[in-house]
Amino acid sequence: MTLRTLLSAVLAATALAGCATPTLRGSGDLGVVIERAAGSLQVVQQQPPASLARVRGLGDLSHASLVYSRDARYVYVFARDGGLSKVDLLTGTLQARVLQAGNSIGGAISSDGRIVAAQNYSPGGVKLFDADTLTLLADIPAQDAAGQSSRVVGLADLPGNRFAFALFDAGEIWLLDAANPCQPAITRYRGIGRQPYDGLASSDGRYYIAGLFGEDGLALLDTWHLDAGVRRILPAYGQGETRLPVYKMPHLRGWSLAGDYAFFPAIGQSQVLVADSRSWQSVAKVPVYGQPVFVMAEPGGRRVWVNFAFPHNDTVQVIDVPSMQVVHTLKPGRSILHMEFTARGDAVWLSSRDDDKVVVIDTRTLAVRTELPAANPSGIFFSWRAGRMGM
Amino acid sequence: MTKPLYSRGSLIGLMLMLLACALLFASEAVPASHLPKPDAARRQVLLHLLREDCGACHGLTRQGGLGSPLTAAALAGKPADSLVATILDGRPGTAMPPWRPFISEQEARWLVELLQQDLPR
Repeated sequence: MTLRTLLSAVLAATALAGCATPTLRGSGDLGVVIERAAGSLQVVQQQPPASLARVRGLGDLSHASLVYSRDARYVYVFARDGGLSKVDLLTGTLQARVLQAGNSIGGAISSDGRIVAAQNYSPGGVKLFDADTLTLLADIPAQDAAGQSSRVVGLADLPGNRFAFALFDAGEIWLLDAANPCQPAITRYRGIGRQPYDGLASSDGRYYIAGLFGEDGLALLDTWHLDAGVRRILPAYGQGETRLPVYKMPHLRGWSLAGDYAFFPAIGQSQVLVADSRSWQSVAKVPVYGQPVFVMAEPGGRRVWVNFAFPHNDTVQVIDVPSMQVVHTLKPGRSILHMEFTARGDAVWLSSRDDDKVVVIDTRTLAVRTELPAANPSGIFFSWRAGRMGM
Repeated sequence: MTKPLYSRGSLIGLMLMLLACALLFASEAVPASHLPKPDAARRQVLLHLLREDCGACHGLTRQGGLGSPLTAAALAGKPADSLVATILDGRPGTAMPPWRPFISEQEARWLVELLQQDLPR
């Protein structure tokens, strides 16, 4: 046997062994970065930060969002073009894909992890799918009392296989009970305010809050006291101030609530609104650099990070909660679209769309730990979401 | 990282269409037609704005979302002047903001021409 044949035999044996015994790993330190223009996503490792795989062919991912399976192995990606894709993070492969609507905006997963719900603009409504197979279970058109179709926003999961969402055009909040996922029960709350633009469920699943675009304030449903209905919080926060044009609709999720406070983006104001999360009374308005898009509390709740709408989207600010003051202003890249904290908040990842990179910042020192290349990145989603209500 | 928005062929086609448009407008004596077109660098900025920032509501492929669809089919038959006015001054009662602080009238007119011709996505 020549040296060359021996070498190739050894290499072949090594390759075979590699195939036979794949390296085991957990998914608890994984995440996903959406590459909006390419219609792809990157599977990433949080520590040390690294890109592990790229999955393509997911459709128009502008404004794409995703939810995790309860075992944090799979993600369900909701694409703008109505595509719903199930991706295996461990193998980096597309497992299933359905084109479920003409125009979709996001989704949620049920508390038992068996139902994936998609919220759609066109045709306006919510569809429920089997989380294993993506088989359609129920189709719930969103129509107002007069039968007019409405775009659906702010879909969030609640305990007991329930979901809540808001109707942008109709100004309603609907509570969907999927105890029987093929025949869900709907409770409608009408007249909750004009043009709800997004919604959130608190991380204990008790409150559902929809932000209003067409008027000041937010609409709050306390699911422990459903008979009390929906009430307005922070009404007239913009009174006496000029409402600025809104170049990017803000986003709400459960990260807005931290400790004793709730932090919300003001619409048409360069302000973060702060409410007491028991009384829901206004506590403060924090002046910031531009109009907030994401207002995210660190997992510990000590600081709140804010990014901004065009043309202020090159900047991120950090609010100190006890003093309710901006304490840091960062310029991590052009067009910062999204932020995601690690589960315990040691780092925050920011997507810089126009610099084609993801920036990883140490939250203690505010130093950039590293940057990862990504094509037009938007949403970043870490696997801790798998175990969190409202995510 | 820069990505070519168009192939060379489609770019030439686009330029021919724009030229045809310019001639058409000239013959109809539309008041704004004598305004200079945005230069090449500015056109890149506008195309980026259209794709990314308009796309935030109208979709990267302009199929619509919170904003209405901006495909040529969706815009067919709509007067260019009213579309230009919508870009510049927004639509009260909707989420469409005024872009006048960032876009001039002739730039808005150039964008409307592109959109109504369904530029390559």
